[in-house]
Amino acid sequence: MSFSWAKPYEPKHPLMRWLDERLPLPRIVYNATGPGYPVPRNLNYFWNFGVLAGIFLTIQIVTGIVLAMHYVSTADGAFNSVNQLIMRDVNAGWLLRYAHMNGASFFFIVTYIHIFRGLYYGSYKAPRELVWMLGLVIYLLMMATAFMGYVLPWGQMSYWGAQVITGFFSAFPVIGEPLRVWLLGGYAPDQAALTRFFSLHYLLPFVIAGVVILHIWALHIPGSSNPTGVDVKDERDTLPFHPFYTAKDGWFAAAVLLIYAVVTFYAPNYLGHPDNYIPANPLATPAHIVPEWYFWPFYAILRSCTFNLFWIDAKLWGVLAMFSSILLLFFLPWLDKSPVRSGAYRPVFKRFFWILVVDVVVLGYIGGAPISPFRTALGQVAAAYYFLHFLVILPLVSAFETPDPLPNSISESVLHGEEAEAAPAGQSRPRRGSVATAG
Amino acid sequence: MLRFILGLIGGIFALAMIGSLFSGLKTYFSNPPAQLASDVFHKEPRELHLASDGPFGSFKHNQAQLQRGFQVYSEVCSACHSLKLVSFRDLKGIGYNDAEIKKIASDWKTQVASINPDTGEASTRKALPSDTFPPPFPNEVAARAANNNALPPDLSLITKAREGGPAYVYSLLTGFQPQPAELLKRFPEAKTPPNLHYNPYFANLNIAMPPPLTTEGQVSYADGTRPTVDQMARDVAAFLAWTAEPNLGNRHAVGFAVSLFLLFTAVLAYLAYQQIWHDAKRAVRVTGALDPKNQAKTKRAKAK
Repeated sequence: MSFSWAKPYEPKHPLMRWLDERLPLPRIVYNATGPGYPVPRNLNYFWNFGVLAGIFLTIQIVTGIVLAMHYVSTADGAFNSVNQLIMRDVNAGWLLRYAHMNGASFFFIVTYIHIFRGLYYGSYKAPRELVWMLGLVIYLLMMATAFMGYVLPWGQMSYWGAQVITGFFSAFPVIGEPLRVWLLGGYAPDQAALTRFFSLHYLLPFVIAGVVILHIWALHIPGSSNPTGVDVKDERDTLPFHPFYTAKDGWFAAAVLLIYAVVTFYAPNYLGHPDNYIPANPLATPAHIVPEWYFWPFYAILRSCTFNLFWIDAKLWGVLAMFSSILLLFFLPWLDKSPVRSGAYRPVFKRFFWILVVDVVVLGYIGGAPISPFRTALGQVAAAYYFLHFLVILPLVSAFETPDPLPNSISESVLHGEEAEAAPAGQSRPRRGSVATAG
Repeated sequence: MLRFILGLIGGIFALAMIGSLFSGLKTYFSNPPAQLASDVFHKEPRELHLASDGPFGSFKHNQAQLQRGFQVYSEVCSACHSLKLVSFRDLKGIGYNDAEIKKIASDWKTQVASINPDTGEASTRKALPSDTFPPPFPNEVAARAANNNALPPDLSLITKAREGGPAYVYSLLTGFQPQPAELLKRFPEAKTPPNLHYNPYFANLNIAMPPPLTTEGQVSYADGTRPTVDQMARDVAAFLAWTAEPNLGNRHAVGFAVSLFLLFTAVLAYLAYQQIWHDAKRAVRVTGALDPKNQAKTKRAKAK
């Protein structure tokens, strides 16, 4: 599962040799994240976000396990167990809870950057389709976990969020309403729903951890992609993961954790909603029901459908559109047929990529803001573009675009920067394209 | 074929969105949405600066204000509003000592539900420091019955449960006023109904709570601070910021240490990263700076 020049694992200590013959666990670690895993040498900082997502998953699991020791999963006790017991009386309970709350947000921030990295650099293309699809499975599991976690404090947004999200299922004809009641264990969110959400919220992170292992396993067969999208050709193109990328990931992780700490300690409720500090009340609907920020783009797509097209009513269109907006990403490796992976060498694709980024940010804003006629209209245009981008524009671009010339190899693409260093003073850095003559 | 089908699906979804857009536009022009009085007359909270603000803010900085705020709560607000999540023992955080807390608890106007130790019948007892503040009404029905069917919210978390936090509480308490004539002229149907009170800082402009702080001197402060309505509102807002987030000072202090530690770690780790990559960036490949051809070029340039 690696390149032929990968450093083989040779345990020196007798104990490690003894262990290697019986349970080669250190060998797996060595070959997966140690000197035995050669990685393209030209990775930029966008390649650090996978490791960061793993760090935040770990933070969530550790803080979550301790929080679960103090949390009470009853409709009567949940709100107080969080806001009185954990926030006031448990030693450093406020720290655990704020770290968990903001850890969820940061998990999504780094995951979104990780996903958009994949979109720009074509990381979903052969031979990494399964890496991409397993990543999407992780993302879907994350969304389910985050949603159920947000229900647990049993505040107003928890309750009404659960009401709205489970309400999606009732949009489906015939089976919809019975399905919703079955999922909730009642006609509205209550004790039964809260307990099962708590149980699943505890379970799913471990399922995520399992799929993460598959994701990394599938990645390590072809090895990491890189900013040029050109395949690794020989040893000069790679560096061993340790110490080179452990060092790079290490300092970058410390920097991102610093930002996370500043938010957690100085603005812990900035990313939350004030209404969730009001205990759940089935009789009082909040003025604006909004999910957590990381669901806003999809919430905007859901709310954009207000028109009964054909024989399907608007609510079902909204639900179908929202689910499809994520599921269509599974088809991405077959929608984008361009043989060039990296967006850096695809002039037309690059433009549309940035339009998509703006589009998703606009959808996010619309999803979080109160409804107004102008915002609704803007959201509908943005939602239409989202579907056209992936399902129409991307296949067409990949069929008609002429990509820029690619470098012959990774080390050659890195070289042009270094040749400038080696070149005599006063001589300008060679342009891309003239590089080919240097080797 | 797959791409054709998916393209078709994409087109249909885009069509559903565009259809929604046009039906929305049609409704907008045929039946433009009416403006509400609250769209025009609702106000953002006024500015309020507290000792707990900012990265170094702490409740330790101005405990006198917090104690005054507690006095306003106990003499005015607590007639209707509960403080269910706060215990008497927590008052240590705003500078009361154990003896004072014991006295505050046992003197509290409502008692704690209990049983008679001899007969087992329901009764009440004096509060202890370990008790939470006993609510003014035994249940929601009693609270509504005493307040024109309105339910006074629990105040423990009020500054976290409202947009604007303590500034909102301060603005609301000082924001009671007669309805502006312009409002009545533009929105005659928005006249404040009986038993409600006009307040531009409240989301729908009409709040069930009557003005709680009305006259200077309603509370007499022991520390000689002049008890104007504005001052009492500021003090109780500061107190409620504490009830919502009693660990704020500790959080800021720990946050400072953690951030400093992570900054130090990040710098050290960055230097280690530079050190580790130094050779890899320059010396590993024959095609790089150490390529004999490049070395010769550099040599020639230097000779010139």
